[in-house]
Amino acid sequence: MINEEQLESQAATANSRQPQRPMSNARRILQRIFGNERELKTNLSLLSMSLPGIILLFVFAYLPMLGIVIAFKDYRFNLGILGSEWVGFQNFRFLFGTDAAFRITRNTLLMNLLFISTTTVCALAVAILMNEAYRSRMSKYYQTMLFFPYFISWVIVSYFVFAFLNGQTGLVNQWVDALGLDRIAWYRSPEYWPVILVLANLWNGIGFSSIIYLAGILGISPELFEAAKIDGAGKLQQVRYITLPMLYPMIIILTLLAIGRIFHADFGLFFFLPRDNPLLYSTTDVIDTFVYRSLVELGEISMAAAAGFYQSFVGFLLVVGANWVVRRVNEDYALY
Amino acid sequence: MAVTTSRQQAPMNRYRVQASLGRFAVHAVLTLVGLTCLIPLILVLSISLSDELRLAKEGYQLLPVGFTTFAYEYILQQPGQILRSYGVTAFVTAVGTVAGLLVCSLLAWPLARKDFRLRGPLSFYVFFTLLFNGGMVPFYILVTRYLGLKDNIFVLILPYMVTAWYVLIIRTSFTQLPTELLDAARIDGAGEWRIFFQIVVPLSKPVLATIGLFFVLRYWNDWFLALLFIDDSSMYPLQYLLYVLMANINFMAANPQTTGMPIPTLSARMAMAVLAFGPALFSFLLLQKYFVRGITIGGLKG
Repeated sequence: MINEEQLESQAATANSRQPQRPMSNARRILQRIFGNERELKTNLSLLSMSLPGIILLFVFAYLPMLGIVIAFKDYRFNLGILGSEWVGFQNFRFLFGTDAAFRITRNTLLMNLLFISTTTVCALAVAILMNEAYRSRMSKYYQTMLFFPYFISWVIVSYFVFAFLNGQTGLVNQWVDALGLDRIAWYRSPEYWPVILVLANLWNGIGFSSIIYLAGILGISPELFEAAKIDGAGKLQQVRYITLPMLYPMIIILTLLAIGRIFHADFGLFFFLPRDNPLLYSTTDVIDTFVYRSLVELGEISMAAAAGFYQSFVGFLLVVGANWVVRRVNEDYALY
Repeated sequence: MAVTTSRQQAPMNRYRVQASLGRFAVHAVLTLVGLTCLIPLILVLSISLSDELRLAKEGYQLLPVGFTTFAYEYILQQPGQILRSYGVTAFVTAVGTVAGLLVCSLLAWPLARKDFRLRGPLSFYVFFTLLFNGGMVPFYILVTRYLGLKDNIFVLILPYMVTAWYVLIIRTSFTQLPTELLDAARIDGAGEWRIFFQIVVPLSKPVLATIGLFFVLRYWNDWFLALLFIDDSSMYPLQYLLYVLMANINFMAANPQTTGMPIPTLSARMAMAVLAFGPALFSFLLLQKYFVRGITIGGLKG
């Protein structure tokens, strides 16, 4: 082991003998990176500014990335990540030996595909209508009504959904009564949940997406519409032959980027709305909820780590792949 | 002038009728969709203002049954846990937003500077966190075992302080600042820190306001960090308290003060939800245009 005091005293004697040398060596290296004296000073100031951010990212983003090796270990709390024993692919064999692996993959992919398609179609329709009403005084109010759900957290949305769906007092079952049909136990019937979740997701996201598409429509050169009008094109024809074709690159790109995130489910949506109800797992359990449950509720850390690695790894490949495609379509829209 | 209008008028009339019909249809559809979005809000408000016994008998209605503010009075009579959670959320939101804005913009400024030699590697360092993340398990183990931050109020703040997406938006805005002003300040001998705080920050108020609002809503609406790391009920933020209430209906009745009053579980639960989203909704209504601007910057330019 190296004695720190010894080192310090050595450094001190070296300094007293040749006070300039060690300093200038360090300085020479710094100058090679940062340039001359003035540039050096500027660069060091800038570096010191970014330091808090660098440290926070290192701790909360990069350390967990390194910690992902836990998926290949038999994690023991007392041994820690480094001390735990390597077990190769055992955790993955364990995970993919269960029915859950197939279920959570299917639910994550299918639900995200449903979300992407419904939100894109509805948001486009709303954006086209909003564009028609853009100069009206009402347009501001429409935007507010459509946009506010985006800022309501999923916990509160779960209250909304509960008010609609709970068995005895819920609003929907009263409508069902009024129609003379049998009441439905929504929280015990997994077959309805894909629709419920799609509606909730649409309600939450339509304002946000339609604003992005509206910005795209407003960016289309008005001369195109003028020319079409002179040629006698009606509104529907303008939408079909100008608005939509002009938006295609944007639609394709936003869809591709969404597909890049398709392996990541919205945890809050899938966790709070079905109220973590085992009866509904067959259609509502996704990778994120599975990881959370295994980790915190069941304490099956190996299982959670394997599922988490599976998600991060495939998710990374999908993002990189999607971005590669986007860059080929239109470089300006690519993430990098 | 007069000639052109009269010449256009005749064939335009039919189109004009069609156009106004079309406009009516547009407004009708948008109003309908907008009101549909409002229904859940109205339903929850109505329940919170309804009479408990009639709710149990008649079920939830879109309009209050037997209008009463009893649920709110009941909550505010024994506000212990709710007030506590409001305090936690307010503290986390205030500290998190200020600190997050500071750290993110301090990180964004060097990235916007062409004369910063580490600009390339540092940009990649920030950007890569958008592409890949370690996921919940290593994050959970890191925070609980290695950082020892379980049941610590700062665990609700620190992980969200640097968000790559926000840093990149701020950087984009910083690169558009006029360089003459900065050069002038440099000639006058101002240091980098001084330039940042006295010139860059005041000139960037719009983008900082937008990102600040994103931070406010992110912290105000967060339940995730509490779900993972907070067990001590004195540190429950508002959203997490609501989750606990929903998951465990008897939580509110756990300390029944013997006042002889019936506990309004049905209406009080919804009143809690209203109290939790009320402030967020109100600030959203006031500041909506900044959000719209933020989304169009972030969504289109990246």
